[in-house]
Amino acid sequence: MKYILLMSGTSAGVEGYHAWSKQDIEAHMAVLQRINKDLSASGEFVATQGLADPREAKLIRGEKNGMPVTDGVFPESKEFLLGYWIVDVANAQRAYAIAGQISAAPGPGGKPTNMPIEVRQFAAHEKPAK
Amino acid sequence: MAESHHGAEIEHLLRELAPQVLGAVARRFRDFSSAEDAVQEAMIAAFKQWPQEGVPANPRGWLIQVAGRRLTDHVRSEIARRERETAIAAEAESFSPELEIEADMDPDDTLILLFMCCHPALSASSAIALTLRAVGGLTTAEIANAFLVPEATMAQRISRAKQTIKVSGVPFHLPAAHERTERLPTVLHVLYLIFSEGYASSIGSHLQRLDLAREAIRLTRNIQVLLPENAEVAGLLALMLLTDARRAARTGPDEELIPLDRQDRTLWDRAEIAEGIELLTRALSKGSVGLYQLQAAIAAVHDESERVEDTDWAQIVALYELLRRVSPSPMVTLNHAIAAAMVHGPAKGLELLRALDSDPRIVGHYRLEAVRAHLLEKMGDREGAIKHYRNAATRTTSIPERNYLITQAARLAGD
Amino acid sequence: MKYILMMAGKRSEFEQYATWSKEDLQANVTFMRAFSKELKDSGVFVSTEGLGWPSEAKLVRAGTDGEPITDGVFPESKEFLAGYWIVDVESPGEAYRIAARASQAPGPGGKPSNMPIEVRPVLSSHADLGI
Repeated sequence: MKYILLMSGTSAGVEGYHAWSKQDIEAHMAVLQRINKDLSASGEFVATQGLADPREAKLIRGEKNGMPVTDGVFPESKEFLLGYWIVDVANAQRAYAIAGQISAAPGPGGKPTNMPIEVRQFAAHEKPAK
Repeated sequence: MAESHHGAEIEHLLRELAPQVLGAVARRFRDFSSAEDAVQEAMIAAFKQWPQEGVPANPRGWLIQVAGRRLTDHVRSEIARRERETAIAAEAESFSPELEIEADMDPDDTLILLFMCCHPALSASSAIALTLRAVGGLTTAEIANAFLVPEATMAQRISRAKQTIKVSGVPFHLPAAHERTERLPTVLHVLYLIFSEGYASSIGSHLQRLDLAREAIRLTRNIQVLLPENAEVAGLLALMLLTDARRAARTGPDEELIPLDRQDRTLWDRAEIAEGIELLTRALSKGSVGLYQLQAAIAAVHDESERVEDTDWAQIVALYELLRRVSPSPMVTLNHAIAAAMVHGPAKGLELLRALDSDPRIVGHYRLEAVRAHLLEKMGDREGAIKHYRNAATRTTSIPERNYLITQAARLAGD
Repeated sequence: MKYILMMAGKRSEFEQYATWSKEDLQANVTFMRAFSKELKDSGVFVSTEGLGWPSEAKLVRAGTDGEPITDGVFPESKEFLAGYWIVDVESPGEAYRIAARASQAPGPGGKPSNMPIEVRPVLSSHADLGI
C-alpha cells in the first residue's frame, strides 16, 4: 500500500533550522540519509523529494492575456511543504512507524525534533461515502 | 560473473556501433527519424539475442540488416494500410530494397549525426536526449533513468526532437566547413552538459544509473578521433578528463560535497590527469586559444599541484583574464574573483563581484551569494559571510550544495 | 529542471467539491486527464498523484518510547495537499505557464476555477561543477 509522508514548515521554521549548530545539522542529515538507505534495503522506498526553499515558491492563479497570474506574498503562518517520502508498505501501522522515525530525527542538542509528519494515502477511484 | 561481464561487453559494442549503423541506414532510407527508430529496435533485439546466441561474426552488418528489415516492414505495412484505403496493390509488391551490408560506410556518419542531434533548433534537453540515443547508442530507458524521468516521457522528448529536425529540413550530410565551425560550439556545449549532468547521486535508485560523465568522455573521445586537428574538441576532452580525475575525492562518505581546497589529492586519478595534460599540451601547441582549452588549462594547474598550498594561483588568474576576453560570462567572472582573491586578497575578489551585482543573468543566483560569503569569510566579516551562505542555501536547487552551504554558515556561527 | 505544481484546499473546500454536480465533476476529471496527457505528449511529464481525503489524513509525531503518536486532529484553517504534478522543463516560466493552465480546471458550472497552484522547484541531487 502506498503512502506519502509530508514534512512541512513555516519560513521561520526553516530559518530556525538553518541556525542550528553544524553538529546538529549534520546529525539530522545523517539520520534522514540512514532512513532512506534502510527503506531502500527493505524495498519499501518508492521516492523522496526535497523542495527548494519557500522563498522560491510562487502561487499561480489562472492566466490573464496569456500570461500566468502570479499571486503575491504568502501569509507568514503558511506551512510550506519541504519534502516528502513515498513508501510502499504492508499496512498503515508501518507507514506511521516510518513517519515516527522521521519525526524522531535529532534537532538542537541532539534531542528529537518531534516535528509532525502528515501521512496520506493516494486517492482511491471513488470518493469516500459521506 | 562471466555473464555480466559478457553483457557489459555487448552493451559497449552496441553503443560503439550505433552511430555507424544509424548512418548507414539513414543514408540509405533518407528518413532519419524512422531509421533512428528502426536502429533502436535492432539494438534492443541484439541485446536480447546476442547473450544467448553469441555475437555475430559481423555485428555491424547484422544490425544494419535487422534495422533495414524493420524499416522495410514499416514501409510495407504503411503502404498496405494505404492500399486498404485506396486499393493500390502493385506498389506493395514492388517495394523491396535489398540493403547491402557494407554499403555506404562513411566515417563521417558519426559527425553528421552529432551535428544533426545538436541542431540549433533543438532545446538543450532535446539535443542531449537525442545525442545520447542516436550517437551514444543508449536505450530510451537508460537515458530516462539517468535523467530521472519516466521512459515514456523520454521517448516522447526524443520523438519530438526528431520531428523538429524533420520540420527544419536538416539534410543527412555534413554541414559545410564554415557552418561546422559556427555550430561546433553548440555541439561541444551539449557534450559538456551531458558530462556535468553525470555529477549526481541517486537516492534509493534500484536501477544502476548510467555513468553520464563516462558516456560524455566516450563520445567526446570518438569525436576527437574524427576531428584530430580541432583544438577545442581536444580541449573539451582534456577538461572532462582533468575534472573526472578528481571524482573520487569530491564527495564524502555521506554524499557531502568536499571543495577543491579540502580534497584528498591522493584519491585523484593520476592516469586521467596525465592523459588530460597530454591532450591539452598538444591542443595548445596549435596556437589558437578557446573556451574549453582555457578551462582545461585552469583544471590542469589544480590537478598538477600535489598539495593545495602549491597551487599556482597567479597562473590561474592569468588564465581567467584570458578566458574573460575569449568567452566572458558571469560564471567566469565569479571564478576569476575567487582566483584573484587568492593572489591579491579577498577585497580584490569582492571588488570584481561588484560588476555582477547589476547583471540580471546572475543577480540573486546562489553561486554569487556563495562566492561572496566565501570572500567575506576571508575578510574576517563573519556575520556577512553567515548571511550570504544562508542566502545561497535558500536559492540553490541542489541538495548537496544546500547541505554544504548550510553547514558552512553553521560552522561560522559556531566559532 | 523539475518543478512541483501543487493543488491544496481546506477541509471545507474538499467538502464543497464533494457537492458538485455529476456533470461538473466529470468535466473536471476530463480536464485533468487531458491535461496530464498534454504534459506527456510534450515530453515534460514526470509524475502526478491525487491524494486521499482529509478525513483520512494522519499526523504522526515521534513518541517517547519508540512508538509514534498518531492523530487525525488538524485546525480548520489547515491546507491539505489534494494532488500534484511534477514536470521537467527548460525554465521557471514554462513551469508557471503549465500551472496557469492547470489552474483553469473547470469548477462549478463548468467555469475555469482559477484555483491557486503553488509552484516549487524540486531539489536535485546534482552538484554544480562550478565551471
